Amino acid sequence: MTDSGLPASVAAIRRVQQDPNRLGQRRHGSTEPVEGVGLGTTGPATKRIIVGYGFWIFLLSDIVVFSCFFAAFAVQRGATAGGPTLEQIVDIRRVAFETAALLLSSYTCMLSFAATNARSRLWTQIFLLVTGVLGLVFVLLEVQEFAELAGRGITPQRSGMLTSFFGLVGLHGVHVTIGGMWLATMMAQVQVKGFRREIVHRLICFNLFWHALDIVWIGIFTIVYLMGSNSTGSGA
Amino acid sequence: MFGKLNLSAIPLGQPIPLITSLVVILIVLGVLTLITVKKWWPYLWREWITSVDHKRIGVMYSALGVLMLLRGFADAIMMRTQQAAAINAMGYLPPEHYDQIFTAHGTIMILFGAMPLVLGFMNFLVPLQLGVRDVAFPTFNSVGFWLSASGALLVNVSLFVGEFARTGWLPYPPLSETAYTPGVGVDYYLWAVQISGIGTLIAGINIVTTVLKLRCRGMSYMRMPVFCWTALCACLLIVAAFPVLTATLAMLTLDRYLGFHYFTNTAGGNPMMFVNLVWAWGHPEVYILVLPAFGIFSEIFPTFSGKPLFGYRSMVVATLFICIVSMTVWLHHFFTMGAGAAVNTFFGISSSIIAVGTGVKIYNWIFTMYGGRVRFEVPMLWSMGFIFTFIIGGLTGVLLAVPPADFLTHNSMFLVAHFHNVIIGAVVFAIFAGMDYWFPKAFGFRLHKGWGIAAFWFAFIGFWVTFAPLYVLGLLGMTRRLQHINFPEWRPWLYASVVGVAILILGVISQVVQFVVSIRDREKLRDVTGDPWDGRSLEWATPSPPPFFNFAVMPNVEGEEAYWGIKQRAVETQQLSPEPQYEPIEMPVNSGVGFYTAFFTSVFGFAMIWHIWWLAILAFAAAFAGFVFFAWRDVHEFEVPAEEVARVDRARRAAREALLERLSQQGAMS
Repeated sequence: MTDSGLPASVAAIRRVQQDPNRLGQRRHGSTEPVEGVGLGTTGPATKRIIVGYGFWIFLLSDIVVFSCFFAAFAVQRGATAGGPTLEQIVDIRRVAFETAALLLSSYTCMLSFAATNARSRLWTQIFLLVTGVLGLVFVLLEVQEFAELAGRGITPQRSGMLTSFFGLVGLHGVHVTIGGMWLATMMAQVQVKGFRREIVHRLICFNLFWHALDIVWIGIFTIVYLMGSNSTGSGA
Repeated sequence: MFGKLNLSAIPLGQPIPLITSLVVILIVLGVLTLITVKKWWPYLWREWITSVDHKRIGVMYSALGVLMLLRGFADAIMMRTQQAAAINAMGYLPPEHYDQIFTAHGTIMILFGAMPLVLGFMNFLVPLQLGVRDVAFPTFNSVGFWLSASGALLVNVSLFVGEFARTGWLPYPPLSETAYTPGVGVDYYLWAVQISGIGTLIAGINIVTTVLKLRCRGMSYMRMPVFCWTALCACLLIVAAFPVLTATLAMLTLDRYLGFHYFTNTAGGNPMMFVNLVWAWGHPEVYILVLPAFGIFSEIFPTFSGKPLFGYRSMVVATLFICIVSMTVWLHHFFTMGAGAAVNTFFGISSSIIAVGTGVKIYNWIFTMYGGRVRFEVPMLWSMGFIFTFIIGGLTGVLLAVPPADFLTHNSMFLVAHFHNVIIGAVVFAIFAGMDYWFPKAFGFRLHKGWGIAAFWFAFIGFWVTFAPLYVLGLLGMTRRLQHINFPEWRPWLYASVVGVAILILGVISQVVQFVVSIRDREKLRDVTGDPWDGRSLEWATPSPPPFFNFAVMPNVEGEEAYWGIKQRAVETQQLSPEPQYEPIEMPVNSGVGFYTAFFTSVFGFAMIWHIWWLAILAFAAAFAGFVFFAWRDVHEFEVPAEEVARVDRARRAAREALLERLSQQGAMS
């Protein structure tokens, strides 16, 4: 049961209907300003919108960081300094599993937020846990990949290409790891404090963060691994 | 146990850093003792260190900036005197020390002097001008400030422990790589700038969210004061550009600490990639500084001309234009890279085109004065000095934007003169203009006018006497960053420049005296009305200094120049708007998380610089634990009771009644 005493599903539907940002909330062609979204002349937005909005802007800045590492990779892709080429180090099979784990974790992350919206602590926690485990699988696979390469003497110190490869992939891995620490903290907070307003706001931000990491990974998967693997006919 | 740190890191053999260190340490100890003896700690902790009030944070940013300006100015004096003394001689600064000084001068002036001041103005003003009670994320705001302070601390620690970078304010590889600079100088630079950069990013996100999502009723975009527009654009640039700096410095850090090959000149590293990346941040950074400066002037000209800003819409468009185009000009910093004619042409044209946006603004300011009743108060003097100085700086900039001409002046003293011409002419003049203008708002009393006028004229004349000779020297072929000079024919120009520095010193002294005298005479200079300059935007609707909740009742804006409209209505109807229904206000509670985090990031940075790995891990863990601990707190806001709000606002209304009476009398006379 929820704060208002209504069944969770009813309360959830009501919340969605009252969300000023809901698509289709406004009648077609209506131009009256909407209260609480911070647009135009209606005064400050609600706390929930401000928090989400600020976090979006942070995510954009984070994506700029990634774009620099992408740019470095693009510049240095051929700078092998006589060492192994990208085609020789890409193991597309492991990366397929990594990608599956991460994409699935994004789905379960979304399910956890659906559970949050329905104010179900149990299911929120279960899906957060699954998300965390999938994230852990991803990180472990990546660590295994790096360790295997290092075992073959393939390290960032070898060449400019390897530097930017490990830099870009590693930066994403660090992000997922930090996301995991955040996730663990959020699970503890949900357990101890329940769905207080700030906790829900933090869950929104965490969700955005996790999905953004997925989007970045799609870029890495495509540009580094798919375009770097033998099967795409790079001729190596 | 202590990594690379040992006693030889203290510069015992070098008298200049040693004596400076001792003096600074004595001053710091003296201040700390004074605070302890006077039992000011609880007050400082409660009201400032843990404060999340945007006005307090803005004032702290500005204080940090002013301190660092003084430090950077001391470096400047040493550079100019060294060059004058080292004509066919070695001067008094050995090369390795001189190199640290010009590096520290640039780093400190831009990143720890101008940036905190600009952020200070934005923090202080944006919520007041938008008619709201705080920024979007008050606690993060405090974190951002303390991270900036942490970076500034690390730069200054390098004076006493170890050394600073000798690479120039942007540490170009391969010189800044371990192979050529094995010492800790570059590491100090990297960690200090990285930490304060994160602080700046936090501030940028905060202001963007505040402007876009947190405006009072009726404050639509086209009713915002131009300062808010410039703050928005500057912070959009922060959000877009500072991550580039973070990434670039992280790459250089990886090169230096783990032997990566991003920018090395061996094994496939690419030094020019650093230069491109760092200027992709560095050029927008220039506009991050100068846009808020334009905003400050856009507030001052209308107020002291008694007219609305000329061409408000074109001002907004020009600001947005500059914001966007500033991201597409970075290559003009290295036309000599050899990118080819086509690339250089593109960047040459884009660099010249950006002057169009600036030109629009200049004309708007001039037309604002035209036909107005101009009052020559101190802020107005700085603003008019700015127009004169900045136009010349802008014109020399257009010369440098022409690639063939740039091949001759690249890295010459002409360039040095040019960027000082625009940065001092615009940013520093704006800072002093703004300080004079908003000082009564922040502290409740005006600054002494006479000393302000003296400071302006010394600075204005001193600036030209210092830098005009540098233009000449650049055209005579003198390159920048020379530790000694072998051309006696440059002597007159170098000496003239030192004379200019002497005049600038008088300006700085006048500025300091102005503060001292004003604090002494504060009762005489007290601003009881809250509107000492006959202002036009909402910050002047509050008492001076404003209560911590800014507005007892959130204003409802009904047109451009929100406060001017309210004031005119009051004068016409001969009364204030009726007393509103006061309601309790929710305000964020203080938080020590900023200070706590910054303390541990300072320790972390220091440990990383000196390779004290265990301490670095410990400090990082402590910072994270602190964050989680503060995330656990349940009380985020406290309520200001309606009676308290009413009491504060009735006092304001009483002062307004008096002001209204005075204004009506003036109106009757004219």
